[in-house]
Amino acid sequence: MNGLAFLIPIALGLGLLGLAAFFWSLRKGQFDDLDGAALRIFVEDEEERAP
Amino acid sequence: MSATALVERDFAVPDIRCAGCIAKLEQGLVRDRRIAAARVNFTEKRVHLSCTPDTDMPDLIGAFSNLGFEAHPIGAGPDEIDPAAETSRELLRAVAVSGFAMMNIMLLSVSVWSGAAGATRDLFHWLSAAIALPTVSYAGRPFFRSAWRALRHGGTNMDVPISIGVLLVCAISLYETATSGPHAYFDGAVMLLFFLLCGRWLDSVMRDRARGGVTALLRNMGTGAMVVADDGRSRWVDATALEPGMVMLVAAGERLAADGVVVGGASRLDLSLLTGESAPQAVHADDLVHAGTLNLDAPLRVRVTAAGADTALADIARLMGEAAQGKSRYVRIADRAARFYAPAVHCLALMAFAGWMIAGAGWHQSLLIAAAVLIITCPCALGLAVPAAQIVAAGELMRAGVLVKDGSALERLAEVDRAFVDKTGTLTLGRPEAIGLERLDIGVRSLILALSQASRHPLSEALTRGLQSYDIRPADVTSIRETPGFGIEARWAGHAVTLGRPQGGDLGDALATELSVDGRAVATVRFADRLRPDAADAIRVLGREGVEAMILSGDRAEAVAPVARDLGLTAQTGMSPQDKLAAIGRQAAMGHKVLMIGDGLNDGPALAAGHASMAPGSASDVGKNAADCIFLGDRMMPVVQTVRMARRTQAVVRQNFMLAIGYNVVAVPLAFLGFVTPLVAAIAMSGSSLIVVGNALRLKRAIR
Repeated sequence: MNGLAFLIPIALGLGLLGLAAFFWSLRKGQFDDLDGAALRIFVEDEEERAP
Repeated sequence: MSATALVERDFAVPDIRCAGCIAKLEQGLVRDRRIAAARVNFTEKRVHLSCTPDTDMPDLIGAFSNLGFEAHPIGAGPDEIDPAAETSRELLRAVAVSGFAMMNIMLLSVSVWSGAAGATRDLFHWLSAAIALPTVSYAGRPFFRSAWRALRHGGTNMDVPISIGVLLVCAISLYETATSGPHAYFDGAVMLLFFLLCGRWLDSVMRDRARGGVTALLRNMGTGAMVVADDGRSRWVDATALEPGMVMLVAAGERLAADGVVVGGASRLDLSLLTGESAPQAVHADDLVHAGTLNLDAPLRVRVTAAGADTALADIARLMGEAAQGKSRYVRIADRAARFYAPAVHCLALMAFAGWMIAGAGWHQSLLIAAAVLIITCPCALGLAVPAAQIVAAGELMRAGVLVKDGSALERLAEVDRAFVDKTGTLTLGRPEAIGLERLDIGVRSLILALSQASRHPLSEALTRGLQSYDIRPADVTSIRETPGFGIEARWAGHAVTLGRPQGGDLGDALATELSVDGRAVATVRFADRLRPDAADAIRVLGREGVEAMILSGDRAEAVAPVARDLGLTAQTGMSPQDKLAAIGRQAAMGHKVLMIGDGLNDGPALAAGHASMAPGSASDVGKNAADCIFLGDRMMPVVQTVRMARRTQAVVRQNFMLAIGYNVVAVPLAFLGFVTPLVAAIAMSGSSLIVVGNALRLKRAIR
């Protein structure tokens, strides 16, 4: 019973963390271009440009 | 870099196809000093630019075309929030919240089911309640809103039993928790919401995706014209800012942005998008010209008489409004099912309650069983049955080059048994194609290619397109010069060569171009609007599928006859938009469901009136907006594939309904007898949902 006092808040906290991360990425537009994200790994880095 | 604020602009670029395009655009566009940042959205085929305020629209479009892309400006940017995209975002948030809550409540429930008792069980139930109640009040809002709307109008829909079920179950579970009872159904209520929200979200994602594709295709949005001011200088004006009285300069190869009267120049206009007529029409000063027509020959000065929303011929707009009303009467299959389902569910729950009361079980026990009946019959699988199948089908069709605007389009497409097809632009490609190129000498071909690729004139582009398939190198020509209304001239090995309008007048109104060397005609190339390469096959297969096709054309009988003969179809010619509408009305009165396939403005009302409708990607904006589906590319087979896919989807939806009913036949008696504990409810619910989704996935790879 004592273990529960730790374990349940930990379990809920981890879940909430995941939910918060999801909302954050949704707001930052991470899901706006799913097909593009898959293709971007093929895009070469931009050539060095003068600062 | 100046400190002035940057302006944000969005462009639809339909030709983004690969990672190379992304790199080319993002790295190429910023080389233009005035463009600070470019970001490609591959899914929606859009490019977002941040540029300095002094950048003109033609310059930006020019920056795209320098990289080899065609760009169409869209919307005014971030200040207008898309309501539909906002809805699906809200649904996604609700899915996330209910998914999180479901998993955590399940964690607690599993420990209760595996034997937690006494104070621990009560604690777990209270914790579940603490998670479930806020979740239900947040994630359940879409259902409560829709149910409330239905009830207020004296009707009922799928959301009414869902809302009643969820609220009732939550209330009873709370009571159970407070009285230290053994069963709380919080997990069931939240799981139900989760699965149903998944279905809703899939449905809205499908609509979003198709809408994004259609936006990318709508090229007239945000176009404009060069306007000549009184002092003779010209500047670019967006189509929305055009006003009557302005004088537009329309170059050869441009589409008119507004209705008007010709005040200078003479040319020929391609009216095929407007009337379906394939022969170009000659226009002179004082002739009335319409937005959307393509200027073929020479620059024109046009005084605007109507702009913006007024341009679409008022008649057609009115007809479309009337025609679309008929279609809105269609009731989607899920709603038809709900009409029987909702009352049945309520009756069953009520009977369970009454039955157990009569049997003397006490109101608490009776209510608990009634709630179990409600939650077990709640259309969890039913809510997924339709959207899951439709989104898989729409995804497959999108891969085959067909955009489906919404799920109800697939349902209606599955029912069609007649097809009315427009000729110009639908059965044919709707653009001039050079004919007889294979008869030309190779030297002549390479000379024509050298000249034609230097011009953006529609006929030159047709020549370039036609010649590129022969794998020839353009001849070495120098000092190329294009004279609008006449043609292209250049020097080649010491000779003066020209490519332009034929000098002899014996060609009538057919489109043709002539190559001459030192003033002597060497070759004449004619142009014609060709049939789509697989039109005959597509029509034949469509017939085999039980969909009888017929041509409805606004063109003259002489122009339609050869096409009709080639395809073996009957045709009605010279039809006005009203005539087309009437033809569909007659078929509908005879009990046929008509699939209308057309592209022009004149097809708009018919597309809106047809039981289902499709338009090619090259269609007019009105056509694309009115049609249920849009097929891209030159081939016509996608039409057949779509009809087949729609029928297969409908079959899967029906199977899914049968599965859901079969599940209820087993589960409802158990719930009636009071055997459904929260554990049984959870297993039954997730099991049936998984089966339904699995069945829908069979549609993947169904094309081929």
